[in-house]
Amino acid sequence: MSERPRRRTRRSPLRRAALIGAALVVMGGVSAIAAPTVSNASPLPTEVGTGAQIFIKNCASCHGMNGEGVTVNGTAIGPNIQNAGAAAVSFQMSSGRMPMAGQQQQSRRTTNTFSADEIKAVAEYVGALGSGPGLPTASQYDTSGLTADQIAKGGELFRTNCSACHNYAGKGGALSNGNYAPPLTGTGVTNQEIWEAVRTGPQNMPVFSPTQLSDQDVQTMIAYLSDVNSSPDSGGYTLGGIGPVTEGAAAWIIGIGGLVGFALWIASRGARAR
Amino acid sequence: MAKPTTVSSDSPALDVATPEGKKPLAGLGGPAGWLDDRVGLAKLSKGNLRKVFPDHWSFLLGEIALYSFIILLLTGVFLTIWFKPSMAEVEYQGTYQLLRGLPMSEAYQSTLTLSFDVRGGLLVRQVHHWAAMLFVAAATVHMLRIFFTGAFRKPREINWLIGIGLLSMALIEGFAGYSLPDDLLSGTGLRFVDGLIRSIPIIGTWAEFLVFGGEFPGTIIVPRLYMVHILLVPGLLLALIGAHLALVVYHKHTQYPGPGRTEKNVVGYPLFPVYMAKAGGFFFIVFGVTVLMGTFLSINPVWKFGPYTPNQITAGSQPDWYMGFVEGAIRIFPPIEWHLGHTTWSWQIFLPGVGMLGLLFGGLAAYPFIEAWITGDKSEHHLLDRPRNAPTRTSFGVAGITWYAMFWIAGGNDILANTFGGSLNAITWAMRFAVWVAPVLAFIITRRACMSLQRNDQDRVLHGAESGVIVRTPDGGYYEDHMPIPTDEAYTLTQHAEYPSLEPTAAVDENGVPMPAQVTKRRARVRDWFFRANLAKPSADEIAAAHSHGDEAHEVEASDEHKAVSQH
Repeated sequence: MSERPRRRTRRSPLRRAALIGAALVVMGGVSAIAAPTVSNASPLPTEVGTGAQIFIKNCASCHGMNGEGVTVNGTAIGPNIQNAGAAAVSFQMSSGRMPMAGQQQQSRRTTNTFSADEIKAVAEYVGALGSGPGLPTASQYDTSGLTADQIAKGGELFRTNCSACHNYAGKGGALSNGNYAPPLTGTGVTNQEIWEAVRTGPQNMPVFSPTQLSDQDVQTMIAYLSDVNSSPDSGGYTLGGIGPVTEGAAAWIIGIGGLVGFALWIASRGARAR
Repeated sequence: MAKPTTVSSDSPALDVATPEGKKPLAGLGGPAGWLDDRVGLAKLSKGNLRKVFPDHWSFLLGEIALYSFIILLLTGVFLTIWFKPSMAEVEYQGTYQLLRGLPMSEAYQSTLTLSFDVRGGLLVRQVHHWAAMLFVAAATVHMLRIFFTGAFRKPREINWLIGIGLLSMALIEGFAGYSLPDDLLSGTGLRFVDGLIRSIPIIGTWAEFLVFGGEFPGTIIVPRLYMVHILLVPGLLLALIGAHLALVVYHKHTQYPGPGRTEKNVVGYPLFPVYMAKAGGFFFIVFGVTVLMGTFLSINPVWKFGPYTPNQITAGSQPDWYMGFVEGAIRIFPPIEWHLGHTTWSWQIFLPGVGMLGLLFGGLAAYPFIEAWITGDKSEHHLLDRPRNAPTRTSFGVAGITWYAMFWIAGGNDILANTFGGSLNAITWAMRFAVWVAPVLAFIITRRACMSLQRNDQDRVLHGAESGVIVRTPDGGYYEDHMPIPTDEAYTLTQHAEYPSLEPTAAVDENGVPMPAQVTKRRARVRDWFFRANLAKPSADEIAAAHSHGDEAHEVEASDEHKAVSQH
């Protein structure tokens, strides 16, 4: 007897959900019919329209419907990105840093699930919201046609401007409070992303304007980075390429460890004092 | 060590065997005779060639250091042929494409030439660098062996001090060496030392100008360090190594305790032919390992660091491992700086930097004398201590290693933060506490471990070794059979000296006349504490009682077992 009402209460929310679902289908149908009218009425180009849709679905919950940022109970959960610029959006999305899965000390590089066209659409939509660095053309970050001397000079620029955080060969390094300068090599980082990061200064990175580093400077740095990491490791295995810490570990573990092993072997061999 | 240890019965005693046919050394007779007639070769070698050395793997640790040093001399000579110790600015036009056209010092340029244009140059450079890392590391583990076995005790205190001198010299030599290439990393290291020198109160700036010949970096530091690296310190090292080895021969080598080994003899095999063969072979093994490391493991890729310019820096700028503890101390030291009048007192660099080096080497140098004062032990020691039988010293040693390791970790805090995704600040704060807490914990744990090991020894002497054989008694009880350990092992476990606690002597004699106190109250207290973890050895009576008890043990245990079973 007592089971029946319980089963009924269990079924009733399901029924309610079904009703809501049906209502949503109806509403969705209506909006699907209505949407083209809105798009036509808008002065924005079609791509921005697609961008807006992707933005509203994926970004607006933190950055606001118009990129104005969202503050909940006095805590900013997403910053105002109206003046972030298209380049910033392109960098954040193509490197999988945005949309963020959750609040972190620093947004980490993840697998990007958007197509290049979708990213471009969102970037242009956000770019149209305010001022900010626009998307670069391929010629701005293309490294072909640089001379060897220019690339060597790029190495000098890289060591002056970048290696303090990103390490001498772009392997990355620690910053304060759990932040870090990410590695610039071997993780699918594209030339375009590096250009965009230089110009927009994501997270802890400073912004380098064209008056500080010209597009050609950036190109030479990108070229240096890829050359220094693609040239053969003349010295052998690099032990991570992060400086003397791993070298010291190798000296102790392989060097002293191995030689103590040999010492044990020698002392246990041959004539022995009894 | 469940089973009794056995004396190796299968290893051959050194039987005299004459090779058949032509004697391999027969041809040497002529030249040797010629030399003997002129310089008295036979008399010279007679005693020394037959000098007996004891055999143990841990006695080879110092040899690793010695052989690394020889490798350093050999490879170093090769490097000096090509290296130009000059800070004159040149434009690089060598084969390494990614640096072409850049202005750099001649020192860096010649290092690049050495690495890319000289046949075998990079290999020799890397072998040299690895050998340097191994030299200091081997010297360190050798020192730890000396420490933990008490080999620094009378009459070897002077040799301990020479060893500490050698180790500190090795640090300076290594630093001077890795500062020579004038790449970004070595320049950063020099900047670090520049700061260290400037932090010395009052005279800091003058000292900096003295060393660098003006403002950092100047143009003379590389030539000066070159002189230090290839002449001054190697000369001192050679002289000290000579004295170090001469004293080993003079004092005779220490030996681990065991049957037949006393304070008055050395049990082992003669230098010729046994140790000539073993040591000679080991030299080639050490050489082989360093060459293999130089071949397969990249070290200090100077071409990637680029030429040094004071406005550049790279993430992960660390010194070589042996300077890491100073780096760590400076990284975690809280910022304390005084401004008195026109002077700046940078304690946050001076105390951890200069103070740390002084504390480590001062502490190491002073330890034998501190321990001798505590124990009041004035006798000679040629038999080594088993570390467990000197629990307080062993605990000091492990605490010291832990302390050093904590500074080491702190020196790599950014690498740790980045590799394991931690917070740099959190690691820094944790290490600030760890350098105080971890050594204390290590001390307590080690002392406990030593006591347990002593109890285990005692157990083996009294009750024998576990045989691994479980015996079932007729009435259903079980016990593990114990076998008496061999007399040799029992001797080894009980040969160590005991130090009875001392009563403080009276300050005045029975007539009220003040007399020089032989044992002050404080020393009696410290000495008591020092030996508190030493367990008393079982007496002969106790051993006899335990053994006769052991014969009945089965019945006793069995009946206990039986009782326990019948209660259910």
